[in-house]
Amino acid sequence: MPIDKSQVKKVAKLSRISLDDSKLESLSKDLVSILNFVEQLNKLDTNEIKPLTSIIDKSLDTRDDTVSDGQIKDQILKNSPEKNEDFFIVPKVVD
Amino acid sequence: MRTFLLYQRLLIKMNDLNNISLSEIIKLVKSKKISSLELANHFINNIKKGKKLNSFITTCFDQTINDSKNFDKKQNFDGLLPGIPIAVKDLFCTKNIKTTAGSKILENFVPTYESTVTSNLWKEGAILLGKLNCDEFAMGSSNETSFFGNVLNPLENNLVPGGSSGGSATALTASLTPATIGTDTGGSIRQPASFTGTVGLKPTYGLCSRWGIVAFASSLDQAGPMTKNVEDCALMLEAMSGYDKKDSTSINRKKENYSKNLKRSIKGIKIGIPKEYRVDNMPKEIEQLWKNGIDILKKSGAKIIDISLPHTKYALPTYYIVAPAEASSNLARYDGIKYGYRSKKGNNLIEMYEHTRAEGFGDEVKRRVLIGTYVLSSGYYDAYYLKAQKVRKLIKGDFDNSFKEIDAILTPSTPSSAFKIGEKANDPISMYLNDIFTVPVNLAGLPAISIPAGKDHKGYPLGLQLISKELEEQKILNIAFAMEKEIDFKQTLNRWWE
Repeated sequence: MPIDKSQVKKVAKLSRISLDDSKLESLSKDLVSILNFVEQLNKLDTNEIKPLTSIIDKSLDTRDDTVSDGQIKDQILKNSPEKNEDFFIVPKVVD
Repeated sequence: MRTFLLYQRLLIKMNDLNNISLSEIIKLVKSKKISSLELANHFINNIKKGKKLNSFITTCFDQTINDSKNFDKKQNFDGLLPGIPIAVKDLFCTKNIKTTAGSKILENFVPTYESTVTSNLWKEGAILLGKLNCDEFAMGSSNETSFFGNVLNPLENNLVPGGSSGGSATALTASLTPATIGTDTGGSIRQPASFTGTVGLKPTYGLCSRWGIVAFASSLDQAGPMTKNVEDCALMLEAMSGYDKKDSTSINRKKENYSKNLKRSIKGIKIGIPKEYRVDNMPKEIEQLWKNGIDILKKSGAKIIDISLPHTKYALPTYYIVAPAEASSNLARYDGIKYGYRSKKGNNLIEMYEHTRAEGFGDEVKRRVLIGTYVLSSGYYDAYYLKAQKVRKLIKGDFDNSFKEIDAILTPSTPSSAFKIGEKANDPISMYLNDIFTVPVNLAGLPAISIPAGKDHKGYPLGLQLISKELEEQKILNIAFAMEKEIDFKQTLNRWWE
């Protein structure tokens, strides 16, 4: 058993997804079967292999550290579910 | 003369537009036999009659009509897609047009910017028809994970169109759009193309810009064309591809004229047949399809070479570590604050996040985010993620080695034809197995095309896949172009949905 229910709860917490008990049951079952499936990789000895870091044969482009856009405050706030003038509104964080 | 022209136009509209290719439509537009507005009206009418297929999430007919009228006024035929109405997968951000990625969490998201790939299409003269349904965040192989409901395959009303670009495949097959674009992270263009008897190409990683595409797994995602034939595919690829400084993994090179350089050329070409793709329990029909493809290539003067890609069987488990890991990072942005859905539940910030994501994401997305978070979490990272990246290196090495002696690889596109709605919905692994022949290509960043190559005993289409080394799209297009002529695949639809 690669993962148990308490671990699924922990991962859900890390993922910021609330799970009720009925969901927990079916999701745990699915996760166990997926993890069992991917564990085939352990049959392969990869001690001498370096992990892949990029699939394209080039280094990533860099750009000058200068402002190339901006003044788009309205656009940035436009799709916010809750806003107030220039701010995103979030639930109270500090008491 | 005027009456004759009108009569000619009427003939075109009634008989042909559903049965001719994008390239032929473009010829009609350029020779002024049909206007952009007439085209727009034709496809809008088809879309309205095609509601049962559920292939569209959003339409923007007022804008379509407006844009086509503007095109007709200006009469500029310089672009590759002059005045052509086109619908795109709802994973491409379109300015001022809702973009949902098939998810509740983006149900009301209206981008203030345009993706590079779609803006490339508009620059070539194309006009937006609407946004096509897809699996939620492109996670699925049957279009059943979409928040907006599953899409039906135009072949039969109980059949999936494949996924994740299922809406694109259906809209194309049913002639609700003359061509379309999708995205392919593990087979999401090629598998639905195979399930609907159409052509789909996944380009080399970095050929098409990812800027403005809703991200799923950033080291695997690529946009690509889905069309009715190979000629159209070359044209659409030419229109959508190109360097973009806004995508740091975009390849900076001269744009290729895929359509101009398209020729039927097979003679002397070396085609590899990988023995590892002969999987257990492969249906005899797929085996036969593959053999027919090999025979066609042989007859046309290609040299067939048996090759080995020894790590093929590890591709799928590798993919189901790498893709969820990247997805869990990419989807962390959906927090109910900056954009997208926000839950009303929760007494504090953390609870708000948790309820927003629980209510906003569907089951398959949750599964992948949880798997991804798990394989990246402290104590498990080396065992899963690092291991997978090492195996990915081996898989890429297999391809690199074989391309030293061959030009392209021929395989089946999928291990089966289209399946029934609900048939695989309860078993994630059996759903994942659909991508067994397509996933290795994404892991290695290579280009691959799926072309319709035959039918099974039920009459459902089956596809063959051609893979080349990076940036050799022209080569696989040319081989596919030659094979297409020999295969002569035909499909008649009774348009049951109208």
